[in-house]
Amino acid sequence: MEIDINNLESISGRVRRNILEMVYKAGSGHPGGSLSAVEILVALYFGVLESDDRFFLSNGHVCPALYSVMAEKGLIDKSLLASYTELGSSLQGHPEKTKLKGIENTSGPLGLGLAQAAGFAAIKKGSYIYCMTSDGEHDEGNHWEAVNFAAKYKLSNLIQIVDKNGIQIEGTVEEIMPLGNLKEKYLASDWNVFEIDGHSFDEIFDSISKARDKKDKPSVILAETVFGKGISFMESNPDWHAKAPNDEEFKKAMEELK
Amino acid sequence: MMKSMRDGFGEALVELGKKNPDIVVLTADLADSTRVKEFAETFPDRFFQVGVAEQALVTVAAGMAEAGKIPFITSYAVFSPGRTFEQIKVTAALSDLPVKIVGSHAGFGASMYGATHQSLEDIALMRVIPNMVVVSPCDYLEAKKATIAVAENGKPSYLRLARQDSLVITDENSKFEIGKAVILRESKDPQVAIIGCGPVLAEALAAADELKDIGIEVMVINNHTIKPIDDIAITNAARICGAIVTVEEHQVMGGLGSAVAEVVVQGHHVPMEFVGVKDVFGESAKTYQELWKKFGLTKENIIESVKKVIIRKNS
Repeated sequence: MEIDINNLESISGRVRRNILEMVYKAGSGHPGGSLSAVEILVALYFGVLESDDRFFLSNGHVCPALYSVMAEKGLIDKSLLASYTELGSSLQGHPEKTKLKGIENTSGPLGLGLAQAAGFAAIKKGSYIYCMTSDGEHDEGNHWEAVNFAAKYKLSNLIQIVDKNGIQIEGTVEEIMPLGNLKEKYLASDWNVFEIDGHSFDEIFDSISKARDKKDKPSVILAETVFGKGISFMESNPDWHAKAPNDEEFKKAMEELK
Repeated sequence: MMKSMRDGFGEALVELGKKNPDIVVLTADLADSTRVKEFAETFPDRFFQVGVAEQALVTVAAGMAEAGKIPFITSYAVFSPGRTFEQIKVTAALSDLPVKIVGSHAGFGASMYGATHQSLEDIALMRVIPNMVVVSPCDYLEAKKATIAVAENGKPSYLRLARQDSLVITDENSKFEIGKAVILRESKDPQVAIIGCGPVLAEALAAADELKDIGIEVMVINNHTIKPIDDIAITNAARICGAIVTVEEHQVMGGLGSAVAEVVVQGHHVPMEFVGVKDVFGESAKTYQELWKKFGLTKENIIESVKKVIIRKNS
């Protein structure tokens, strides 16, 4: 697949503006985590996913990013984005498989997606199954049950990308529930581990390509990202986990995203 | 004949496995006691041992269902659906996936293990979830038929099984259809309809015999499907008998009794009495029979409730 990084960067810019507009118009949503995940999702949809591959989103609250990327890719109509969270919309506040064609799983409640992806990967051994999770949801026991399952069944076709933005609802991951050394935890759990800058397309593509070549073990890509990336007053500020900007903040944010 | 429902389930599962390559089985470290060992040995590639991890049991199975499989997932009912309510709601039911949740040792079956291991809430938990089908067979043969029926219904489904050997009260020819209640005992002029599910129906049949001896005719209905409930059969029974007693090895609140009452109050009103567990926890005992006695689920309790409801009906 021929990839033009400059093009992906301009797509990412549009996705960030879409996210802001959706959350502003809806008056609700999760801008911080949506903005940190942009490059990961753009990379997956524009440079990784092939016909038999599947993507599972685990931290479903960042769906404004998912919906925007799907719209940029032409998988859903761009005009749909304005309906996010409205009554009757296919763009639910957390993504639902039966309401929106083109997604694999229903998600939102944290810690479930890796297990869904692992179950799928255990059946579809010939396809690559990607799953994006957050570092915050590593608090969940269900997530670690899936980590064990994937290692036991040697799901080398399962590639997890952790959007490691360091923030959860009520503060930093470090304050709320320190995760210790995630790299060592995954290594000890018999996973391949890659550590990258989650806003660098080169690093995302490189790590995914290496992960695809691995045999016998599932892979995790620990992607360091900036919560609220691109908007100065949102960056690394937990207040923006689930909050819509007011008129003034929206204006300022859109100025910064120009 | 005394035989266990879980054996019926395990045997049906092997039959299903031979016919349908999409059947997969997952268990949370309870392959033997939930009777999926034979399936595991016969179809090792379609069996997944997830460890003592009930949350993964459900969510991994949901992923397999997304990939086109029909997963049967087994544990004790106290753990799944007991621990896994949200996983079942979000990953299986909301996407309307054909995940088959098999809760074994339901009711007082794990008598010796105490309240932590006795599942008296599982029907209530499962029947409030949209898309979910809830089936509670009454014996070995019906468990076998129910297993095959839920495998084929294309819906998220809960199959409730007991641990103990219990009296087989149906026969090979008894019809089993999801959502269709079965009349186990008819009589010419029944004064009360006893509507129940699960192995405790054997007590209802014994109660019917004794009541007949003292001149009280009753009808006994096996309402094996709690959802979708057979409202036509229940309304007809209410019309014919004019009084209902429900019987279940479960909390009355939210269980079969509640489900029947919801039909009765919206259809043909008749007085009702409930035989079931009345908002208390179980406890350890050597046998489930001791607990049926202590918590009021025996033939004697049913007879008493029938007499009571007749007085209410005639007053």
